[in-house]
Amino acid sequence: MTALLELSGLTKRFGGLTAVDGVSFKIAEGEVVGLLGPNGSGKTTVLNMVSGLLPASQGKISLRGEPLTGLPANRIALKGVARTFQLVRILPSLSVVENVVAALAFGRRRLWGEAARQEAMKRLEQVGLAGRADETAEQLTYIDQKRMELARALAAEPELLLLDEWLAGLNPTELRIGIDLVGSLAERGVTVLLVEHVMDAVRALCGRCVVMNAGRTIADGATSDVLADREVVRAYLGADHA
Amino acid sequence: MTARDLAGWAAALATLAALALAPVYLDAYGLGLMIGIAGYVTLATAWALFSGPTRYVSLATVAFFGIGAYTVAVLSETLPYPLVLLVAALIGLVVALVVGLSTLRLAGVYFVIFTFGLAELIRQLVTWYEVNVTGTLGRYIFLDLGSEDIYWQLLALGATTILLAWWIGRSRIGLALRVIGDDEVVAAHCGIDIARVKLALFAASAVIITLVGAIQAPRWTYVEPAIVFNPTISFLTLIMALLGGANRLWGPLLGAVPLFLLFEWLSANFPNHYSIILGLLFIAIVFVLPKGIVAFAEKQWKGKSAEAAP
Repeated sequence: MTALLELSGLTKRFGGLTAVDGVSFKIAEGEVVGLLGPNGSGKTTVLNMVSGLLPASQGKISLRGEPLTGLPANRIALKGVARTFQLVRILPSLSVVENVVAALAFGRRRLWGEAARQEAMKRLEQVGLAGRADETAEQLTYIDQKRMELARALAAEPELLLLDEWLAGLNPTELRIGIDLVGSLAERGVTVLLVEHVMDAVRALCGRCVVMNAGRTIADGATSDVLADREVVRAYLGADHA
Repeated sequence: MTARDLAGWAAALATLAALALAPVYLDAYGLGLMIGIAGYVTLATAWALFSGPTRYVSLATVAFFGIGAYTVAVLSETLPYPLVLLVAALIGLVVALVVGLSTLRLAGVYFVIFTFGLAELIRQLVTWYEVNVTGTLGRYIFLDLGSEDIYWQLLALGATTILLAWWIGRSRIGLALRVIGDDEVVAAHCGIDIARVKLALFAASAVIITLVGAIQAPRWTYVEPAIVFNPTISFLTLIMALLGGANRLWGPLLGAVPLFLLFEWLSANFPNHYSIILGLLFIAIVFVLPKGIVAFAEKQWKGKSAEAAP
């Protein structure tokens, strides 16, 4: 089992606050790993350091053995990391299809013109937005904006996909569709690291979970074992339930 | 190419040809006006090339304009004219790259203040050098160029600038600029090297502005720093681009033509109150048309067609 992503001793300090404190774990190629933990435990900060949005204060991140630490976000994107954001980030003045073309034109594949448009349309079809390609991204509902954001991340054909609460706020039907969508990515061999609070989705998608609390990893293992772990239950629900 | 595209190109070429013939049917005063208009249309379009999509408001226009004019004043006796223009463009490019590399990380109001300071700094440096090293402030330019030569050069530069802006709008770098304008975080995560895109645009814009200064210089015959580094040039360029709309291809042109004529009329008829009226106009434009004439007209048009087809 070769590690696609490896974090070792990853630390982030904001002034006096240590948001992420010496986190280490590996993700093998093709794995779907859940990154869990109560609010404020540092999950999103970990994703932000992997994607290059925030520089790490200490520690190392490597993709296929190549260091990502210290690289700017655009270089990390070109190495094959794509992500969605906790608060969905769209390009409001661009059309839906242009939002996806943005990832194709400057990513690893450098597609442009008709080829880029066709590829973007395929990605929109995949997330169920093909009919709305020429609308302004601003006009989409929140859920559709999330879909578009996923299409943009997928268009980059990433080796590692980071999903930050991508399934949050979906209704039961949409959740089912969303879970199937992420599941189909995993079947095609995309490695996924997802931060998620929707436990049904975590159980359905993730073979393995890493749990964080107050910036540290408190559990790492098979999903069912981890969710039954006393310390994990205490971190989420308090000492009475453990 | 569709029939509509062809018609557009034909109209653009016909307009350009008609403008190129202006010296034939205009008197000296009319040609002088046309030179001014061509100069400011080029300045405003070049300014909007960088500042429109990135929303970095630059007041360095006159720094590059003055560099162009001064290069001509210094070198016109020693080098053939085309080489002088080339050297001016190169100096503009080098200054733009140095300034860009050191300042494009500054955001918002810091960038505005820096660019304003840069123009003043260059003016003071040139003044200091002329007073302390060459010993005279002010230089004469004796070049055998008529008004029509200057006009044709400006017209060609202006047409090239608009063509460049049109091409950028359709190219990959144009999409990169729009993505950056919307969300820099997304831009970086799409693989866009934000600093490089901004630097390339800033440099292209600065080189064009430098050339406008260089081409217009022979009209003054006598130049000194207070003339060619006059900050009003930066403010006029800015307000023209904003009036027309800095995010539209034809916006700067549509802002520059009426404003130039208005300023010309104001300075002839109200020479003592010119600055006051100018200031009031600036305020009025920013309040009434914050996104420019073109965007305003588009909105009216869309509103009407939406009402017509419910």
